[in-house]
Amino acid sequence: MTNYNTLYTVTVFSENRVGIIHKLSIIYTRRKINIETISASPSSIKGVSKITVTAYCSKDDIIKIVQQIENIIEVLKAFYYTDDEIVYQEIALYKVPTIKLLEEPNLESIIRKHNARILEITHEYTIVEKTGHYDETEALFYEFNKYGIRQFARSGRVAVTRSPLEYVTMYLDNEEKNRRPTEIWNSRE
Amino acid sequence: MGQTISGAEALILSLIAEGVDTTFGYPGGAIIPVFDVLYDYRDKIHNILARHEQGAIHSAQGFARVSGRTGVVIATSGPAATNLITGLGDAKMDSTPLVVISGQVGAAALGSDAFQETDVLGITQPLSKWSYQIRNAEDIPWAVARAFYIANNGRPGPVVLDLAKNAQNQKIEWTGYRQCNYIRSYNPYPDVPKKLLLEAADIINDAKRPFILAGNGVTISGAEKDLAALAEKADIPVATTLLGLSCISSNHRLNKGMIGMHGNVACNIATTNCDVLIAIGMRFSDRVTGDIARFAPQAKVIHIDIDKSEIDKTIPATVGINGDARTTLQQLLPFIRTAHHDDWIRSFDDDWELEREKIINKEINPDDGVITMGQVVNKVTEATGNQAVLVTDVGQNQMQAARYFRYTRPRSIITSGGQGTMGFGLPAAIGAKIAAPDRTVCLFAGDGGLQMTIEELGVILQYNVDVKIILLNNNFLGMVRQWQELFYNERYSETPLVNPNFVMIANAYGIPAENVETPDQLDEAVERMVKHDGAYLLNVNINPSELVYPMVPSGSVLDNILLSKTEKYIKKQKTDYDKL
Repeated sequence: MTNYNTLYTVTVFSENRVGIIHKLSIIYTRRKINIETISASPSSIKGVSKITVTAYCSKDDIIKIVQQIENIIEVLKAFYYTDDEIVYQEIALYKVPTIKLLEEPNLESIIRKHNARILEITHEYTIVEKTGHYDETEALFYEFNKYGIRQFARSGRVAVTRSPLEYVTMYLDNEEKNRRPTEIWNSRE
Repeated sequence: MGQTISGAEALILSLIAEGVDTTFGYPGGAIIPVFDVLYDYRDKIHNILARHEQGAIHSAQGFARVSGRTGVVIATSGPAATNLITGLGDAKMDSTPLVVISGQVGAAALGSDAFQETDVLGITQPLSKWSYQIRNAEDIPWAVARAFYIANNGRPGPVVLDLAKNAQNQKIEWTGYRQCNYIRSYNPYPDVPKKLLLEAADIINDAKRPFILAGNGVTISGAEKDLAALAEKADIPVATTLLGLSCISSNHRLNKGMIGMHGNVACNIATTNCDVLIAIGMRFSDRVTGDIARFAPQAKVIHIDIDKSEIDKTIPATVGINGDARTTLQQLLPFIRTAHHDDWIRSFDDDWELEREKIINKEINPDDGVITMGQVVNKVTEATGNQAVLVTDVGQNQMQAARYFRYTRPRSIITSGGQGTMGFGLPAAIGAKIAAPDRTVCLFAGDGGLQMTIEELGVILQYNVDVKIILLNNNFLGMVRQWQELFYNERYSETPLVNPNFVMIANAYGIPAENVETPDQLDEAVERMVKHDGAYLLNVNINPSELVYPMVPSGSVLDNILLSKTEKYIKKQKTDYDKL
C-alpha cells in the first residue's frame, strides 16, 4: 500500500525565471498532493534560485515528482530528502502586546528557554523572533498565546544536506564542459 | 552595421535561420504584424492556412512526425491559443517537436482581461516542454533559438512562445541570428556510463528468451538500422508499440508484430514468457502493459529511454539506461555476442497461426458479403506497394489500420497514441503530405473523428494536397460501441450517428469521392483512388457489428486475450517454454 505519511523535503535549484513555481507546483497538483511549505530565494550560485518544498507523500510519488521537476527546462537539479538527511529550520515572528509581556514574571526565562530574540519594542507591541523546527516555533506560539498574539508569521522550511558533496556545483562544472561557440547567421540579405 | 527592423520581422528572420520553409497558421488581431511581415517573405516561408487552429497544430504534428523536422504553428491570442491546447497535449504525449507561436495582447494590457487575452503560459505549461512569454522584441531571436533547440533535442516536444503584440511592432537593431546549442540547465543527450552498457550486455548475452519492445524513440532518434543490427546479431524477436510500428520493416523475419490492447497474440504472450525484455524508446503506456503489477514479472527489464523520468515510472527496470536510443544501441552493440534463439523465435509461430486462423483471415477475406475494415486496409496497403504513409484517426479505424497496414519505410505511421485525439487524422495527413510530397499518404478515419476536423478539407481544396482519405463508415462511434457491446450490456448510449452525405461534402470541396457499398466494388474503387492524381475520398460502408480483435480488456493482464465475443485465448503450459 502507498504510504502517505512521510514528510519529504524537496530542494530545487533553478534558473531564476518567471513561472518556475507554477511549473513545479502543477507537478504536485496533478497527483493531488498538498504542499505544506514552500520557500524560494537566491542560492549561493549567481542567478540560481533554491526552492524548498515540503509535502506528505509516498516514496514512489516523491521519486517521480523529483524526476518530473528535473524535466522542467530551467531546473538544474532537484533532490528529495527525509528529515534525518538534512539540517533544516523555519523562522517565526510573533507580535504580542507589550503590556502583557511586562506583566509576565518569567519573560526572561521564556525567551531563554526558547532561544528567541526580541526585534522591536514599542508601547503597543513587541516583536519576537524564533528560529527552529515546526514544533519549536509552535511551542513558543502556545507560550505567547495566553497574552493574545496580535500577528504571527512563519516561513517555509529552508534546508541544507548532511552530504559532504555539493551536487549542484558538480553538475554545473560538468555541464560547462558542453558549452560550444555558435555561429552568427544573418538571414536578411 | 545592424539594420532596424520590427520584432515581427525578427521573428520571421529567426524562423528562416532555423530552416523553416512551411508554417501552419491562422491570423488574428494579436498576430497581424507577423502575418504582415510573412507577406513580404512568402517566397521563403509558405504558410498553410488551416480552417481551425486545432487543424493547424495537428497538421504541424503530421509534418513533424513524417519528416523529423520541427513543425511551426502561428496563431493569435485568446480563443486561437485555447484551440491549440488539444494539439499541444497530443504532441507532448507523443514526443512531437513543435514551435507554437501565439500572439498575445500588448504587454501593457496583460492581466487586465483585455480583448482576446488568455493566460497562455498558465494553461500551456502542463502541456508544453517549454514555454516563454516574449514582451520585448530584443528577446525574439534568443527565445526562438531556445525554442527550436528545446523542441527537437532530447525527447522532442511542443514549445510555446507567447508573443506580446507590442514586441511584434517594436523596432530593434538586427545583428543576425545565433542558434542555440547549449542550455546549462538542460542536457538533452546524457552520456551513458559504460558500466550500465556492460550490465545490459551481460543480461542480453545470458538471455535464453530475449524480447525487444521498440517504440517511437527508435523512430525519433533514427535508430532503425541499429535496432535491426541488435536484433539480428543476438537473434532477438522484436515487437513494436503502436507508434513504433514502422521502425522495423513488416517483412523483417524478427518483426513479430505489435504489442498491447489490440496487439498481436504472439507478442502479448511473449511478454509473459520472455526472460529478458529490452524496451527501447518506449514508455510502457497502460495500453501496452495492461495490468502493470502482472506485466512480465518473470523478466529482467532493460529500459533505454532519453527521458529519465520514464525509467522506473511504471515498470521497474533491472537496468535503466537514460540515453538516446541510437547512440545507446551503437555503444551497446560491440558488447553483444552473436547468438541464436531458434526455438524461442519459432515459439511465436503457433500463436501467429492461431491469430491468422481465428481473426486475420476472416478479417481480410470476409465471406458473408460485408466489408470489413481489415479488408479495406489490406487492399490499400497492397495497392500502394506497402510504401505509403499511414495516418489514422482514433478508434476502431486506428487499430484496424495499424494492424493490417504494412510498413517497409521508416516514419510511415502517424497516429495519435498517448492522447487518442479524435479529429487528429485529417489535418495530420495534410501536414504529412506537405512535408513528404513524394510519398503516398493514406488516411483511415471513422465517421465520428472525421467530422471533428472536417473543415480542414478546405486546406486540401486551397493547396491541392494529395491525401487519400478512406472513411471507414459504420455510422457509429465504433470503439465506444465495441466497449458497450462487450462490457456494458449492449446499451448503445449516444454512439449511433446520423451522418451526412460524405461524398457530397468531399465534392463540395472539389475532392473526387465515391461510396463503396459492397465488397465487389472495393478493389476497383481503391485502384481508382490510388491512381488518381490528387486527393480522393472513399466512403466505405462498414458493418457496425465488426469488433477489433484480439482484445485485452482494459487493466487486464496481457495473456487474458479475447479472440472473439465468446472465445478466450488459452495459454499453453509454461513448461513448454522453460525447456527452451
